[in-house]
Amino acid sequence: MMLFNRQQTQLKTLPHLDWLEAEAIHIMREVAGQCSNPVLLFSGGKDSICMLRIAEKAFRPGRFPFPLMHIDTGHNYQEVTDFRDKRAAELGERLIVRSVEDSMKRGTVVLKHENESRNKHQSVTLLEAIEEFGFDACIGGARRDEEKARAKERIMSFRDEFGQWDPKNQRPELWDLYNARSHKGENIRAFPISNWTELDVWQYIQLEGLELPSIYFAHNRPIVRRQGSIVPVTELTPARAGEEIVDLQVRFRTVGDITCTAPVESDADSVEKIIAETATTTITERGATRLDDQASEAAMEQRKKEGYF
Amino acid sequence: MQLIEDHGLLRFLTCGSVDDGKSTLIGRLLFDSKAILADTLSAIEKTSLKRGMQDVDLSLLTDGLQAEREQGITIDVAYRYFSTGTRKFIIADAPGHEQYTRNMVTAASTANLAIILVDARKGVQPQTRRHSYLAHLVGIPHLVVAVNKMDLVDYSQQRFEEIKADYLAFAEQLGIQDVRFIPLSALKGDMVVDRGENLPWYDGDTLMEILEAAPAAHTEHDEPFRFPVQYVCRPQDSTNPELHDYRGFMGRVESGSIRVGDAVTILPSGRTSLVKAIELGGEPLREAITEQSVTLLLTDEIDISRGDMIVKTDALPTQTKQVDATVCWLAEAPLDRARTYLIRHTTRETKAKVAAIEWRVDINTLERQAAERLQMNDIAQVSFKLAQPLLTDAYADNRGTGAFIIIDESTNNTVGAGMITKLAA
Ligand SMILES: Nc1nc2c(ncn2[C@@H]2O[C@H](COP(=O)(O)OP(=O)(O)OP(=O)(O)O)[C@@H](O)[C@H]2O)c(=O)[nH]1
Ligand SMILES: [Mg+2]
Repeated sequence: MMLFNRQQTQLKTLPHLDWLEAEAIHIMREVAGQCSNPVLLFSGGKDSICMLRIAEKAFRPGRFPFPLMHIDTGHNYQEVTDFRDKRAAELGERLIVRSVEDSMKRGTVVLKHENESRNKHQSVTLLEAIEEFGFDACIGGARRDEEKARAKERIMSFRDEFGQWDPKNQRPELWDLYNARSHKGENIRAFPISNWTELDVWQYIQLEGLELPSIYFAHNRPIVRRQGSIVPVTELTPARAGEEIVDLQVRFRTVGDITCTAPVESDADSVEKIIAETATTTITERGATRLDDQASEAAMEQRKKEGYF
Repeated sequence: MQLIEDHGLLRFLTCGSVDDGKSTLIGRLLFDSKAILADTLSAIEKTSLKRGMQDVDLSLLTDGLQAEREQGITIDVAYRYFSTGTRKFIIADAPGHEQYTRNMVTAASTANLAIILVDARKGVQPQTRRHSYLAHLVGIPHLVVAVNKMDLVDYSQQRFEEIKADYLAFAEQLGIQDVRFIPLSALKGDMVVDRGENLPWYDGDTLMEILEAAPAAHTEHDEPFRFPVQYVCRPQDSTNPELHDYRGFMGRVESGSIRVGDAVTILPSGRTSLVKAIELGGEPLREAITEQSVTLLLTDEIDISRGDMIVKTDALPTQTKQVDATVCWLAEAPLDRARTYLIRHTTRETKAKVAAIEWRVDINTLERQAAERLQMNDIAQVSFKLAQPLLTDAYADNRGTGAFIIIDESTNNTVGAGMITKLAA
């Protein structure tokens, strides 16, 4: 019984990045076709920059059938928010910004202490924005390779009226027949690049020649070393007593809230060098860079149950 | 510089009965191919220790939910990624528990290869049969039966051969033709990535060798061109007169291929035209192949909307208001014959009612029985009456136009999956 005979046929198949891109375009078009009021979450980070290119491929020469939205913690690197605004303007698409600080003023977000990371509080602001605009779908750039709870989530992920994800009771999702239906008040989170890895993202950035905020590339920055992590010294994250500030060549693998995102030591100042580093790294993207997820084994699952992306 | 040479992408799943070692096998595959990074490993080491285990529990690599870790079982599919320098793999780790069969079906529907695990001590179990049946039903072209936990039966060739014979008898009944057998130990690693020392009598490929050599294309025969329209692009940009009359029909090539100049028919209207241009993101292409997402422009002005299908004029699908299909029922609430459901097929939706349940299959004996209702995890032959026509092929000929899902409008849940068997005009 000969089974895997490669010579048998010469069927053309897509190279893997083209396949991933085609899948992502298909998912975005399904959201546009099935939902009446979707929004694309755009932070200015590398994953959402890829998402914008995919949206261009999916909908040009037309306009995007959704606005862009950023949930701003107020703790973002200036380079990233500048880039966000520039990119939205270049594309001529509408950008909505809703900020955690406004939720704090309204009293819907209450910090335990002044310097607490605002990362998880984005959920509240996001849910408020969903209600304000009546969005029935949020398209996000989360990837399954990022984290073990994300690895479990459907491409079209149903959220109830409270924005909650129920990981033990997800809708079956068969073939490429996506079910993005929801009743009023509920919503769908759609993840077109679910099947991409960090390396795929960088290879796509190279293939498409995508521009990125400068902090993704190696640069010098004052840092302190704290419990095995590199902590950037900023106004928000000053050095603690006894810590030694050093100037180190670093780059960011993810750009999120300043208070919980750490850079890695690197001299990779081009996309090519970053690809080479990513292919041989020994630490995952989150392990290297997220100061918030190490706190507990199920931190991400818990946040998602509460409405996080 | 392209670091990873491209041999395409292979999607596979692990399935089989509870505790046969599916999650452990994936952990082993990732671990031995050096696809697990240091921090992930140290995290699962810590968790294993905390749970009082001596060795690292590799199943923790995919069992990512709190409830799964507490119970030591898999509840829903986990997706994992690795590449070997020649190709990228997407792995789906399916749960073995009968209760979560619908999650296994989710994983199986997009896979091109299934690894069906069997515990060498227990042999072929009802759930092994169920998963094999489902893998076969959704048309996974390559099946690999991995007889696992060989370390617990002294790596006995005789035991391996017994299980193989047992499985083959069942496979023959089902009409499964392509199946391979491999003995292994997910826990110790024999025959997963490395051959190990314990199975000298086995001279076939290691699991990794099988995965690297399996064809990535889902089908090996030519399929007719099917292009369900997802979205229509009408920019009507007043600042750009060139775009004034632009009508782009956006979608993904479900099967076959199309070139500029090809004659096409638009269904259900039946009108015909020629392909004027193929675009991706505004850039022209000469051709589009299966699974490619593109935009088609036609030479004639035709009213086309989401749910319509563009096909080549020389090979039309069947337009029908009645379908016969093999159905997997996926919801806790049984199929209610009195109710109207929604069927989503390609980019079309229609209301549907059950006309008849022809039979229900008994997974153990494969006997067909009469049935009045369908319970969760039942597999049955059902015919439906449809409010709107669908544009169909038999599932065996074409996955893209032969598959549908059933939605309960009151909850919006996906409650069933259907594969069209024969076509009635
Ligand atoms: N001795 C031995 N034990 C194994 C082997 N493979 C898995 N196990 C053990 O079998 C138990 C179940 O393994 P899992 O990988 O969680 O099984 P599973 O098939 O994923 O289970 P479900 O997903 O819940 O159906 C664990 O205790 C494993 O350590 C093997 O090759 N040899
Ligand atoms: Mg498991």
